[in-house]
Amino acid sequence: MTVTEPAAHQHLEPRLQAALPGGVDYATVRFSETRAEYLAVRQGVAQPPSTAVDAGAMITVWAGGGVGYAATSDLTDTGLRNAAQRATDWARTTAGRTVAETPPAVDPVGSYHSPVAEPWDRTSLADRLALLIEADAALDVDERIVDRVAALRRTDVDSLILPTGGGRVEQLTRNTFPTMYATANSGAHTQTRTYGRNANVGQGGREVLDRFGFNRRAAEIGHEAIELLEADNCPTGTMDVVLAPDQMILQIHESIGHPLELDRILGDERNYAGTSFVTLDMFGTYRYGSDLLNVTFDPTIEGQLASYGFDDEGAVATKQYLIRNGILERPLGGTISQARAADQGVNIEGVANSRACSWNRPPIDRMANINVEPGTDSFDDLIAGVEQGVYLQTNNSWSIDDSRNKFQFSCEYGRLITDGELGPVVRNPSYRGISATFWRSLTGVGDPSTSQALGTPNCGKGEPNQVISTGHASPVCRFSSIDVFGGAA
Amino acid sequence: MTAGDVRSYFSELVTWANGRLTTEEILTCYLAAEDSNFVRFNRNLIRQAGSVSQRRLTLDLIAGTRHASGSLQLSQDQDMDRAAVASMIDGLREQRRVMPEDPYLAVSTDNPSTEQVAVADERDPGSVIDEIQTVAGGRDLVGIYAEGSVNHGFASSIGQQNWYQSDTFNFDWSFYLHGDKAVKNSYGGRAWNSSAFAAKVEAASHQLESLARPALDLKPGRYRTYLSPTAVQQLLRIVAWGGFGLKAHRTKQTPLLQMATDGAGLHPSVRLAEATADGTGPNFQEQGFVRPDEVVLIDDGRLADTLVSPRSAKEYGVATNGASNFEQPMAMAMAPGSLRTGEVLDELGTGLLVGNLWYLNFSDRTACRTTGMTRFATFWVEGGEVVAPANVMRFDDTIYNLLGDELVGLTDSTETLLDAGTYQARSTESARLPGALVEEMAFTL
Repeated sequence: MTVTEPAAHQHLEPRLQAALPGGVDYATVRFSETRAEYLAVRQGVAQPPSTAVDAGAMITVWAGGGVGYAATSDLTDTGLRNAAQRATDWARTTAGRTVAETPPAVDPVGSYHSPVAEPWDRTSLADRLALLIEADAALDVDERIVDRVAALRRTDVDSLILPTGGGRVEQLTRNTFPTMYATANSGAHTQTRTYGRNANVGQGGREVLDRFGFNRRAAEIGHEAIELLEADNCPTGTMDVVLAPDQMILQIHESIGHPLELDRILGDERNYAGTSFVTLDMFGTYRYGSDLLNVTFDPTIEGQLASYGFDDEGAVATKQYLIRNGILERPLGGTISQARAADQGVNIEGVANSRACSWNRPPIDRMANINVEPGTDSFDDLIAGVEQGVYLQTNNSWSIDDSRNKFQFSCEYGRLITDGELGPVVRNPSYRGISATFWRSLTGVGDPSTSQALGTPNCGKGEPNQVISTGHASPVCRFSSIDVFGGAA
Repeated sequence: MTAGDVRSYFSELVTWANGRLTTEEILTCYLAAEDSNFVRFNRNLIRQAGSVSQRRLTLDLIAGTRHASGSLQLSQDQDMDRAAVASMIDGLREQRRVMPEDPYLAVSTDNPSTEQVAVADERDPGSVIDEIQTVAGGRDLVGIYAEGSVNHGFASSIGQQNWYQSDTFNFDWSFYLHGDKAVKNSYGGRAWNSSAFAAKVEAASHQLESLARPALDLKPGRYRTYLSPTAVQQLLRIVAWGGFGLKAHRTKQTPLLQMATDGAGLHPSVRLAEATADGTGPNFQEQGFVRPDEVVLIDDGRLADTLVSPRSAKEYGVATNGASNFEQPMAMAMAPGSLRTGEVLDELGTGLLVGNLWYLNFSDRTACRTTGMTRFATFWVEGGEVVAPANVMRFDDTIYNLLGDELVGLTDSTETLLDAGTYQARSTESARLPGALVEEMAFTL
């Protein structure tokens, strides 16, 4: 059953509409309200619960060749009117000296509601705590477990976009973020095993916990922390790696998602998040990966973390191929970025990905759900194809250069693969490579039975800085001849 | 609304909220407010420009050892805000009844009221933008100019009041030459000084000339390396991710575990402190605990104190030193050494001059082995002379090498670095650090 709720902003809509300024070329008001709850149990002790309501509006004005915004938590008539005036003033100030003069001007009409089968308000606070108390206790499998936490964060986000042209977009997004970890120690050696390192998250209510086996995994995580404490370091050498979905999400995110962001390619992020090794002339011809690589922008997948109906400039979100059979097709660029690329003589289709993390930040090009499409290999096939290698699960360290090329990733949990068979557990499994060549070493893509739709809830980018949720679905994948290593001896 | 208006509004709202408490209840209130202007540049044109006004109020409603907290944005409309606060207090009261007792609840009962107010001359952002674009001229400038007032306030129904008010600007920018070849710079403070800005532009322009030479691709290996204060800050930030908090130490998750348990150490010249008195942020945290002027974290290359939040203090039975819940430093200060700052190129001789490090993380947390990239102006130096820019390199090395066995020396002056971070709101963090000369630093890719 899908449940939808009335939006929290209904009473504000006439006031927001009235705040849109006249006498300008184009304007939008974007309201958002996020209601959040965080509960945690650590080592048998319920941590103080916290709730938050974060509501405000951003008014953006295009006038006379300039553009400006003003964001305010003052949602009174006066507060919104003042914000509209400040945005108009900024538009006048910037007139004739901006990189993006053209408004999106799409005047969209539509709505999006997250699918919710089991709304959290049907589970009392006492029962929500009980869930966490049970999971926290299950993590405690050995006296060498020195710290453990089970936690649940959930957010309800209502947003409303009203442009001057008469459009209206309402989106109600419901997210659930369960987390757990167990830390094991012996002397100067510590290992931590997590519940997918924040990746087992998605849209929906209580059913998200069942989707990722929250209750079942707790005791396993505790035991795996002890396993890691007793395991040998991952060996060093050139070998094959098989990456689980909860590592693939970081590989996709850092070395496909970010390099394809059109605002990076256009230079906006060079002072902070960085540039890209991808250039405008590569789309349509560049071989990004092997023939097995198919990557999509897909905000339509039910329950994935970054699904939505419209981006924050009002563009309609649809599934699009970014990379097909290894060839780069299109960037992650919203309406304004596409227009800027066209100004440079490159007419290129993008996607609906201009997103803001909240009411107090302007939209920029972001990932949404960036997914590797499943292939045809079973998990056993992928392992059987490895003579010497490592199966890596759950990212715990990520680093990549500012052009998104030279990367190094570490994982929590590895298993050696020898002659097509999974072997013992190893700790600190790591590998490094270069994006421009790494994806060409893709030699096996798992079938749908190996795929998971996961999330990366804390993607940072932009000036002023923004943290936003992105989603990644991926099957298990195999890469050949990779530079692998372990921790310090 | 002026900063003074924000303060009086906060005070009146807290007084009103305190009037809704039962006799057994304590209410603490924390306000984080800003009125900021942000102007983003790309290719010396404006990418985005605008203003953000926000006032986040966080309440903690306490009775005995049970409590619940919540936050909301204030509108500054008295009727609207009083209704929202009343509703939140009612909600917290309901939650509190369900919650078990919190054995680690710490309430500020004997901290002093404090005031830090720094007022700046009014700036005209339009004029500053004009000046930036004019001085940058035909150069490829990219970055962000942020300015405005930041206010933090704490008040409790017990009677404590703390107030922090700052009005600053921070222009964080780069000049790009081509590709990823760029010079990074920043200019921050209270009063915009055209001469000071022009001098920074001139210095950056001079570095750009060196970047124009053909770049070198260095092979992986170990190189003698000079790390600028900004690069040292990046190294220390990753170490500070759990490195200095009491909870991380007691739960054996600190990356400095080998220092804590195995006798590992850094170079004896390394002294690092959380120097709140020298910093630019508030001297109190969200629960109202006031920080001492200084907490020494590393002395003579050995672990000294840890950062202790009020909650950790209760859990582990030690005194708090006013750390935030994250127990991370916000005003790091490293003592200078004896390496003459003006002669670092001669001291380096032949090796790498690293202006910035980027995207650091742990490759083995327990061993405090870190990895990251060089970024922006990084040069190959021979005989004390810059020879060529170096293409980006990945390093992978332990802090025990970089600031321990391989440390040749620290510069005899430090640089104050204002945090340009704006996640959720403008940061008030800062650092005061020297540069570091390292005999051998491991580069892997």
